[in-house]
Amino acid sequence: MTGRRRFEHDSIISGIGQSAVGRRLGRSPVDLTVEAALAAIGDAGLTRDDIDGISTYPGGDAASSRGYGGPPPPELQEALRLRPNWFQGAAELPGQLAALIAAMTAISAGLARHVLVYRTVTESTAQGAGGRAAVFDPDGRASDIGTWLTPFGAPSAANWLAMLATRHFHEFGTTREQLGQIALTARRNAGRNPLAIYREPLSMDDYLAARMISTPLCLYDCDVPVDGSTAFVVSAADHASSAAAPPVYIDAVGIAMRDRFSWDQQEELAAMAATSVSDQLWSRTSLTPADVDTAQLYDGFSILALVWLEALGFCKFGEGGAFVEGGARIALDGELPLNTAGGQLSAGRLHGFGLVHEAVLQLRGQATGRQIADPKVAAVGNGGGPIAGAMLLTSEPTESS
Amino acid sequence: MNCLKLLWWPAPSQSQEAVIAVETNRPAAVDPLSHRLRPAEDPLTDFFWRSGADGWLRFQTCGACGYRTHPAGPVCARCLSTDVAPQPVSGLGTVVTFTVNVQQWDAGQEPYVIAMVGIDEQADLRLTTNIVECDPWSVAIGDRVSVAFLERHGYFYPLFRPASDR
Repeated sequence: MTGRRRFEHDSIISGIGQSAVGRRLGRSPVDLTVEAALAAIGDAGLTRDDIDGISTYPGGDAASSRGYGGPPPPELQEALRLRPNWFQGAAELPGQLAALIAAMTAISAGLARHVLVYRTVTESTAQGAGGRAAVFDPDGRASDIGTWLTPFGAPSAANWLAMLATRHFHEFGTTREQLGQIALTARRNAGRNPLAIYREPLSMDDYLAARMISTPLCLYDCDVPVDGSTAFVVSAADHASSAAAPPVYIDAVGIAMRDRFSWDQQEELAAMAATSVSDQLWSRTSLTPADVDTAQLYDGFSILALVWLEALGFCKFGEGGAFVEGGARIALDGELPLNTAGGQLSAGRLHGFGLVHEAVLQLRGQATGRQIADPKVAAVGNGGGPIAGAMLLTSEPTESS
Repeated sequence: MNCLKLLWWPAPSQSQEAVIAVETNRPAAVDPLSHRLRPAEDPLTDFFWRSGADGWLRFQTCGACGYRTHPAGPVCARCLSTDVAPQPVSGLGTVVTFTVNVQQWDAGQEPYVIAMVGIDEQADLRLTTNIVECDPWSVAIGDRVSVAFLERHGYFYPLFRPASDR
C-alpha cells in the first residue's frame, strides 16, 4: 500500500458520547440513542444542523430483535429532525465497526461531512428477569445465522464459541486458567471505571468455581447484557484544525471476508474471520503490532479476545493462552493493556462500540482512573465467528506511505 | 430443473452398499432435548432434513466433479456445475470439536452434547449435531461416531452416537 492514498485518512473521530448504561433501564432505544447522540455532537463542538450523515449497525428494529438492534436511522432522523445527505443502517457488513467504516467511505466520497454513528442495545430490558432464555422460542423455526446450529439445541453464541474454545484447548493446550485472565483483567479494569456494571474484585478461584454455561465457557466467560447507546461523530479530516475535542485519527481498517461465512464451516476450527480482517489491516499500514499501545478487543466471550490477540499478530496462532498467562502482559501497566474500561465482560455488552469509545478516551488522555501512559496507537477488533472488523486508531495523523 | 432434481434422490446402489460397511438398519436416536427447533424452510435443503426417512444421510453431490456441497446450494460450490443431486454417505464421522451445554435454555433440561462432526467421505464436510446415547461428559475430540436419525416435527434430524465399529 505504500505511496497510495488511503481513504482512512480522509476522516477523523471528532466526537464521542454515551447514554446511561445499565441493567434493565426500561428506556426506549431511541431515547438512549438521542442521549448519546447529543453528547457526541456536543463533544465535537457541533450542532444538530452540522450533521449531514447517519450510520448505524445493525439497523432493523429493536423490538423484533429483542433489544439487539437499536433504532434504525429514520427513527433517529425523526427524533432529532436531522437532514442527512447520506445514511445507512445494516448488519451485512464486516461487523459493528462497519458502521464507522461506512461513514468514513461516505466522507471520503464527499457524500457527507459530519456523520453521526451509533450503536444502541436494550438487551437487558428485553430479556427481563428471565435472562437470555426468555428470548428464545424453543418451538420456533431455525433461521438466519442459526440455521444449521439452533436445530441441535445450540441457541446461543455461547455454544458456538464454546466449540471454538474446546478446539483451541485441544490443539494448543490452552487452559481455563489462561482464558480466565481475560475475565480477571477486565474486572480489575472495571474496578477503575465508575460506569462499569460489575466492579467488585474477581479472583481466579471465583472464576474456576463459577457455573458452567457451555463447556469450557463459564458464567464469567460471557459478557453482561445491558441497555445503552454509544455514539460518535465522524468528520472530514480537514475539520481537525477546528475540532473542539482532541481528534482521533484512523490509520487503517480491516474488513476482508476471505473464509466461508459460517459459524461451523470455517477452514480453521480454532480461528475466525478476524484472521483475514487482520491480514488486510496490516497490509494497509506501515505500523506493526509492536507499535500498538492498547488493544480493545471484542469480548462478547473471553475466548474471542484471545483469538483476536492471535489474529492481530500480538502473538502467534495458538499462543494466545501463553500470551495472557498470569495476566501481567495485558494488565493496565503491561506491554499491551487490554480492554481498559472493563470490556463487555465487566463494563457491559455495548456490542463493540464501548471498546471504540474507550480507545478514543485513551488516545485523548481522558480515561480518568485508568489512563495508560501516553498512548499513540490503539487497535480495535470487533466481532466473532464469521463477523469481523478491525481498525487502528491514532492520536496523531499518520502518513499514507 | 435443479429444483425438480432435488425432489428425487436415489437409494444407495449395490456397489455403494458394498463400500458402505455400516449397519443399514439403524435404530432411531433417543433425543436428549425436551424441545427442538424446526429447520429453516428452503427448497434447496429440504432433502437434507428428510433424507433419514430411509436411514441414509445424504449430501448434495456433484455429478461432474464429485464434490459434496453443504449446505446445499444452487450449484456445485467447487466446479459450479448444475449437475447436483443428493447422494448417500456412510454416516460415519469423527468428532472435531464439541461442547457440553449446561445452561438451561429450557427449564429442567439436562446437560447435552453439541458437536461438530467431520464426515468421513470428504475432508471439509462437517455437521453441527448432537452426540447422543452416551454419557455427555465422556465425549472427546477424535471420537468415532455414526449417524442416528431422530424423527421430529416431520423431519429427520441427523444426530450421532458412538460408532459400534471403533
